[in-house]
Amino acid sequence: MISRKVTIPGTVIFDGAEAQKGYALNKMCYSFNNAENRAAFLADEDAYCARFGLDTRQREAVRRRDVLAMIEAGGNVYYLAKLVGIFGLDVQDIGAQQTRMPVAEFKAKLAAAAEE
Amino acid sequence: MSRLEGIICTSHVPAIGKAIARGQQQEPYWKPFFDGFVAVRAWLDHVQPDAVVLLYNDHGLNFFLDKMPTFAVGAAPEYRNADEGWGLPTIAPFPGAPQLSWHLIESLVEDEFDLTTCQEMLVDHAVAVPMQLLWPAAPPWPVSIVPVCINTVQHPLPSAHRCYSLGRAIGRAIEAYESDLRIVVMGTGGLSHQLDGERAGFINKAFDEYCLEKLVHEPEALLRYSNAQLVELAGSQGVEILMWIAARAALRGTVSQVHRNYHIPISNTASGVLVLEPAGAASGRRGAQHAA
Repeated sequence: MISRKVTIPGTVIFDGAEAQKGYALNKMCYSFNNAENRAAFLADEDAYCARFGLDTRQREAVRRRDVLAMIEAGGNVYYLAKLVGIFGLDVQDIGAQQTRMPVAEFKAKLAAAAEE
Repeated sequence: MSRLEGIICTSHVPAIGKAIARGQQQEPYWKPFFDGFVAVRAWLDHVQPDAVVLLYNDHGLNFFLDKMPTFAVGAAPEYRNADEGWGLPTIAPFPGAPQLSWHLIESLVEDEFDLTTCQEMLVDHAVAVPMQLLWPAAPPWPVSIVPVCINTVQHPLPSAHRCYSLGRAIGRAIEAYESDLRIVVMGTGGLSHQLDGERAGFINKAFDEYCLEKLVHEPEALLRYSNAQLVELAGSQGVEILMWIAARAALRGTVSQVHRNYHIPISNTASGVLVLEPAGAASGRRGAQHAA
């Protein structure tokens, strides 16, 4: 298994184990390709999460809007992007959240990569 | 026989689609990126392709984890773009090329690739954004497409070597296709970036530049990397370089670089575009123009 051989700091390799663990959460996020489903989530978040069978850890991570915790609970960022989009967050916002820095600082860090 | 005119590899960052929708191409943040496509479009004006075989990765629009094909080939008369959940406007459908699709499928399965074939297939920003970059005046789209989706979502992903073999087989299939179509192979994704985890924001300029260099004349040098190594060197989503490697493999023999641009950052991503054609193709076109 690829994930057993290699450890990359700050990185979860999304493999079969993660895909099984995160299935319910990712399936809910996948449903957000549909605008009616996004509205249903906003109307009753608890009911919507229950419908997809999120476990306690996944439900708590969603409640806290905590992307690192969602990944820890098996979330894949491509699907999570659809969830955080509902809250008006894009990949730069969640990049900043995950690296615990202000968005402006995160963007400056990206720009600085050009000078390396 | 149909002719493989060349390959185009490009990033497909969703933010590019938003910038196009907002008309931000000339703003300071975007200009160095969009200016990188002027030469690509000039090349396309010369080449006038009829069809594009477009290698990309789906990001959870058409495929979910319930069924995740390693290689999926479109065989639809038309490909629609759709709501991906986070606000990118949808654009006009792309015409398919079912005859070419089935020729590729026949040929690739003959070559022992075990494909998933799709007579209905939604295509996400990884198809739409590059198409908009190349043909900003569309619709109507001047080309039909055959999308080929490579799994880069759920590991195990196909290896760099396997993607290279796929691209090589696509190139052979195009060369053997009985038609007078002019065809371009595209690979979309990359370059280095990582969206997830404490390492979010990871960019590796040195590795990107190494890949761009090797892709031109020595793509085999990239086949030694495992996907775990590609994740380490290019970031979790930088592994999308697999589509570039596959597209590059479609071209046999010596090649000429038509154009290359590299720019950091576009959103969280180091962006790149690379156009290659068979060596001597440009002089061939000039000769043809004289004859005409």
